[in-house]
Amino acid sequence: MIAEAVLKPGGDAATALYIVAFSLFILGVKRGTHPTTAKQGNLVAAVGMAVAVVTTLLLDGVGNWGLIALGLGIGTAVGVIASVRVKMTEMPQMVALYNGVGGGAVALIAWSEIRHGISLGETIPLDTLIPVLFAAVVGSVSFWGSNIAFAKLQDLIPTRPLAVPGQQVINVVLLIGILVACTDIAINNDDPSQAIFIAVLLAAGLLGNLVVLPIGGADMPVVISLLNAFTGLSAAAAGFALDNVALIVAGTLVGSSGTILTMEMATAMNRSVANVLFAGFGGAPAGGGGGSTEERPHVSIGAQDAAIKLAYADSVVIVPGYGLAVAQAQHAIKEVGDELEKRGVTVNYAIHPVAGRMPGHMNVLLAEADVPYEQLKEMEEINPEMPRTDVAVIVGANDVTNPAAKNDPDSPIAGMPIIEVDQAQQVIVIKRSLSPGFAGIDNDLFYEANTSMLFDDAKKAAADIAAEIQNL
Amino acid sequence: MSLMTEITIFVLAAFVGFEVISKVPTTLHTPLMSQTNAIHGIVMLGGLIVVGYANDPLEYVIGTIAIAFGAINIVGGFMVTDRMLGMFSKKPKPKAEAADGKGGGGK
Repeated sequence: MIAEAVLKPGGDAATALYIVAFSLFILGVKRGTHPTTAKQGNLVAAVGMAVAVVTTLLLDGVGNWGLIALGLGIGTAVGVIASVRVKMTEMPQMVALYNGVGGGAVALIAWSEIRHGISLGETIPLDTLIPVLFAAVVGSVSFWGSNIAFAKLQDLIPTRPLAVPGQQVINVVLLIGILVACTDIAINNDDPSQAIFIAVLLAAGLLGNLVVLPIGGADMPVVISLLNAFTGLSAAAAGFALDNVALIVAGTLVGSSGTILTMEMATAMNRSVANVLFAGFGGAPAGGGGGSTEERPHVSIGAQDAAIKLAYADSVVIVPGYGLAVAQAQHAIKEVGDELEKRGVTVNYAIHPVAGRMPGHMNVLLAEADVPYEQLKEMEEINPEMPRTDVAVIVGANDVTNPAAKNDPDSPIAGMPIIEVDQAQQVIVIKRSLSPGFAGIDNDLFYEANTSMLFDDAKKAAADIAAEIQNL
Repeated sequence: MSLMTEITIFVLAAFVGFEVISKVPTTLHTPLMSQTNAIHGIVMLGGLIVVGYANDPLEYVIGTIAIAFGAINIVGGFMVTDRMLGMFSKKPKPKAEAADGKGGGGK
C-alpha cells in the first residue's frame, strides 16, 4: 500500500519524526498546567500522538493491515462513543477505565513480544527480556487495579474498603512469587516458559485487584493517578524492549509527571501515598458509624426557611460536593448565587481539593454553569473567612466538611483538611438523607445546634430556594 | 539503540516530567491526569509493531486487542480531556437558562 514510503525502524527519518512527536507531548503537558493554555495543550499533545502513530504505520515491517484497521477501528469507535456519552459526573471513572485499557495493552504487547521471542528459538537478550517482564507485571497490575477503581467509582462494587483477612501477607507472597517467577524466566532466557509468563500475568492481575479493593472510595483519585504513572512507566519499559524512543520518552514523561501529580493530590488530602495504599480508610472504625446514629436529633427545614436565612445574610459560602455533581445542580446553584447577589449578599464558593470524586471536579462543573472564576475559593483561602460567614450552604458534600477530621483523632479521616463550615454562624446542609458519605462515617456537623438540614435532591432544592428568594 | 543511550533518554525524560508538572493548580489536576493518561496510550505503537511480525492466530488476537485498547486509551483520553477543559473556555452564552429554575422541577 505504501511500499515506497517505508521508514527504517530506528532510522534517522523515523527517529526525527518521533522527536517531533515527543516534543509536542512535553509542550502539551507544559501547557496543560495553566488554565488559559490547557485546552490548547491537550490539542498539541494529540497532534504529537497523530505524528507518532503515522510514523509507526510507515515503519518497515509493520503490516497485517487488516488487523491494524480492525484494532484501530474498534478502539476509535469505542473511545469516541464513550467520551461523547459520558456525563461530566462520571469523568473520574472514565479516566480510570482508559488508564486500565492502556495498562492492558502494555501487558498484551509484552506477552506477544515474549511469544515472538520463544518462537524464534533464540536466546532473548536480557535488555529486552527484563523490560518485557516489567511491562507485563506493571501493565497487568494497572489494568486490573484500574478496573476495580472504575467499578468502585461506578458503584458496581461497594466503595467502602473491602479487606480479605491476611491481605498484606497475601500481597507480599504474591509479589515474591512474581519476582521468583520473573527471575526464573530471566535465567532461562534461552528457552523461557510461556506458562510461567502467563502465571506471572495472572498473579500480577490478582495483585492489582487485592491492592485496590481495600482502598476506600475517597482515596480513589490518588490511586487512579498512581496507576496512571505506573502505566506510563510500563509503556516506557515496552519502549526499551522494542527499542522505540517515542515510547520511552512519552512513557517516562507520564511516569514522572504522574508521580508528582499523585503526590500533590495526596498532599491536598493530608495523606501520604503509602498511607493511601496500605492503610485504606482503616476498615474497622468505618463500619461503626452507619446504623446506630440514625436517631440523633437534628433540625430539618424547607426551601422557604432556607431562602430567608440566605436572603438576609451578608455573606454566604456555598460548599459543593459530589451530591451537586450527581444531581446536576450546578446551574440551579448558580441561580441561587445570582439571586443573592442581586440582594447585595456576598457569595463565594468553597472548593475542597477533593470535593466530588476528583480534584478539580467541582471547578469544572461550576465553570460549566458560568460561575465567575473569582468566586471559586480554595480551601486555604476560604477557611479564615468562615468565622465571618453568616451562612454556609453545603450542597451534597459530606466528608470534606466533617469536623471529626479536626476534633476526633480516632476518626478514620483524622487529619484530612476540611472546609471549616462549623466555624460559620449558621449552616444549611442540602442532602438527600443523613446517610454517611464516601468514607462511610457519620458527620457530627448534621447534629449541631446551628445546622439545618434540607432533605432534598440538590437540583430541586436549589431551584426551590432560588424561587423562594425571588418571592421575598 | 544501545541500552545506555536508552537509559540516558529515560533519566532525562524523567526529569523533564518532574519539572514540567511542578505547582499545578488543583483545578487542573484531573484534566492533566487525563491528558497524561491519553499520552501513555502511545503503547498502541507497540501493538502496531508486534502485530506486524505476529505469526500465529493467538498473536494476531493479542496484537489486535492491544491496538484496540491503545486506541481507546488515546482517542478516549484526549476527547475526555478536551471535554473537561472545554468547561473552562469562555462561552458567549446569553442567559438562556434563566427561566428554567422558576418552577423548580426535578430533572
